[in-house]
Amino acid sequence: MDFELNADQKLLKDSAAQFTKSSPVSRFRKLRSHAWAHGGHEVVSHPQGWEPAVWKQMAELGWLGLFYPEDVGGLGLSFFDLSLVLEELGKTLVPEPILASVVLAGGAVLKAGTLEQQKRFLQPMADGKTSLALAWAEKDGRYDASRVSTTAKKEGGSWSLSGEKVWALNGHAADTILVSAKTDAGVSLFAVPKGAAGLSLESVKTMDGQRAARVRLSNVVVGAEDLLGAEGGAVPAIEAALDLAAAGACAEGFGIASTVLWMTVNYLQVRKQFNVPIGSFQALQHRSVDMFVETELLKSTAILGCVKADSEDVNERKRAVSVAKAQLAAGGKAVVQSAIQLHGGIGITDEHDVGLYFKRMSVLNALFGDEEFHLARYASLPSFEPA
Amino acid sequence: MDLSFTPEQEAFRKTVREFIRDAMPSHIKAKAEVDGHFEMEETMEWHKVLYRQGWVAPHWPKEHGGPGWDAAQRFIFGEELEKSGAPILSPFGLSMVGPLIIQFGNDAQKQRYLPKILSGEEKWCQGYSEPDAGSDLASIRTTAVDDGKGQFVVNGQKTWTTYGQYADWIFCLVRTDQNVKKQAGISFLLVDMKTPGVRAVPMLTTGHTPAFCDTWFENAVVPQENVVGPVNGGWGMAKALLGHERTLIGAVGHSTRALIRVKRIAAKTTLNGKPLLEDASFRAKIARLEVKLEALRVQNWRALAGAQLGHAPGPESSILKIRGSEIQQQCFELAMEVMGQNSLGWFNDEGVVSPLEQWVASSFNYLRATTIYGGSNEIQRNVIAKMILGLPS
Repeated sequence: MDFELNADQKLLKDSAAQFTKSSPVSRFRKLRSHAWAHGGHEVVSHPQGWEPAVWKQMAELGWLGLFYPEDVGGLGLSFFDLSLVLEELGKTLVPEPILASVVLAGGAVLKAGTLEQQKRFLQPMADGKTSLALAWAEKDGRYDASRVSTTAKKEGGSWSLSGEKVWALNGHAADTILVSAKTDAGVSLFAVPKGAAGLSLESVKTMDGQRAARVRLSNVVVGAEDLLGAEGGAVPAIEAALDLAAAGACAEGFGIASTVLWMTVNYLQVRKQFNVPIGSFQALQHRSVDMFVETELLKSTAILGCVKADSEDVNERKRAVSVAKAQLAAGGKAVVQSAIQLHGGIGITDEHDVGLYFKRMSVLNALFGDEEFHLARYASLPSFEPA
Repeated sequence: MDLSFTPEQEAFRKTVREFIRDAMPSHIKAKAEVDGHFEMEETMEWHKVLYRQGWVAPHWPKEHGGPGWDAAQRFIFGEELEKSGAPILSPFGLSMVGPLIIQFGNDAQKQRYLPKILSGEEKWCQGYSEPDAGSDLASIRTTAVDDGKGQFVVNGQKTWTTYGQYADWIFCLVRTDQNVKKQAGISFLLVDMKTPGVRAVPMLTTGHTPAFCDTWFENAVVPQENVVGPVNGGWGMAKALLGHERTLIGAVGHSTRALIRVKRIAAKTTLNGKPLLEDASFRAKIARLEVKLEALRVQNWRALAGAQLGHAPGPESSILKIRGSEIQQQCFELAMEVMGQNSLGWFNDEGVVSPLEQWVASSFNYLRATTIYGGSNEIQRNVIAKMILGLPS
């Protein structure tokens, strides 16, 4: 049992904390997909939502290939190491798509692709030259990665893809979209380049000020080398990638929860009513302690989820990640809800940061399996059965 | 970062588990299976089994009879005991007054009291709360007046003295100075329950067990040598004692056991022609509670890992009592729910209802105490608000 960070992990976490000083919440505000221009009522919208120059900087810090093996251009560190970065970046809502591109889409390449394909897609991303998106979800399919109606038909030596994917995170900006589609052998994963003929990407704004894409494919032709790994074998790989992303969301969510906890506690210390700091009122103190309890448990479960997220034992991985994501759903939600309540009126203004964290937490809860999904999955594992 | 126990620790766990299995008398095992209520003599029988093995006081220093285990071994031992359903030993001697005497007592007191706490020859109870001093404990009014002849004369009433009717000794907080700030006039006094003027009267709990007493002191004469630490220095020691209660307070093992039992019952109960355990909404309900318990388990590991490194209990320990006690209650609420009307039996003669049905309602009631004892959860929240969050009083 050891919960101490080693010297390298401390250094990594410190470097991410240092980075956030150059990317405060005010930077995220400028990059949001939907906001009012300062002082006016005119809607402004940053088209990409993140900056390639900063992406490059993250590559130089080693973050974009951190948990990939060295032979595909990574640093060969653990996923838990990357989670320390995600936690820190969550604290100031840094919008660069590490979770969407490096963890989710990169994770799918790592789990599904051949070594050759891993090098082809992960190396340039680790260098900060490209980003990826995973288009796995379909309308009305909720979190079921096997529910795929998009098709891929073999035509000679190539594949022709048709169908529609929704909520492809970073799909609006990615150089390559990884698309799951059904072949005769089952669900398979294909790499589709941004400019492919018949591919239409519609940028969709999300509640947290970020963007995803609706992906429409109409006879999009890709080569045999663009089928990742084995035909029909994509579902376990996508599920593994979704678990990496779910665990990563828990690390980011813990960063958010700890930030809003202390933001709220500080507010209770300075805000006066009835001539005293409102933090002296027991009803408010107890509500803050409940935020603290949930935040502590988020820390524990995020560690559990991130340590086990790349476990070879699939059931152990699913169990740990579902515990973590269910705690994020229940506890993370409670923390951000209380944060707004304890701020009072100012807490529901766009001007105050607490609402931005609330939105990001809500998005994290809805992505990669919500509470209902993870409880049901947890209960479906062999470990749930009474001995 | 390592979330596993070492091979040595796993081997230790196996040793402990096998010992418990082999050493537990069969009539205790039968009750443990259904989490029955143990009578005092059964609890003391188990105390003596552990005493003979040298394991009865895992957290005591070796020179006073502890086994010399580290924090991880103590944790594993405690977890295995909880999982076995063994009687929970009375904490008043082993976990409360014993460690306090070890830390603050003089040599004569150590020699007089510690060996008999270990052997179980003398049983203890706690005289802290009074009718008008509960959460505001420093307001106690029981007085101990120096009679000028080397003795204190004690008068007052203590309450919620758990198992006072069985105790040989009581450790009390008593007021020895009326004229100073209330915390500064309190002493820690050991009183023989056979002292004339001391009377413990049991009352029933809502779980229908005679778990607590009112204890009266009427001109009870107690030698001054029974004061532990300095006269008027009792409050600081009583607070220091809370540090000893930190280990395993999340009751994760107890709740783990309770949830497994809930599932076993649900597997044998039918709903719409199918086992209740296969009902999706019921599964989700169990899963929701189990996930909370798993989160607490990791929290407990973090507290344990800190203790292994010799760190003082930090923020990670402070929440164990609050969340652990809530989960314990929720486990038994779920047990009641899964059993439906089969949970309703109440202290029937043996054989009228099944052994499991005999105890679930009593435990369900008695466990309401978990969020109250050891400092109510509201007091715990006050402490965290002040000490960790730094909110103003």
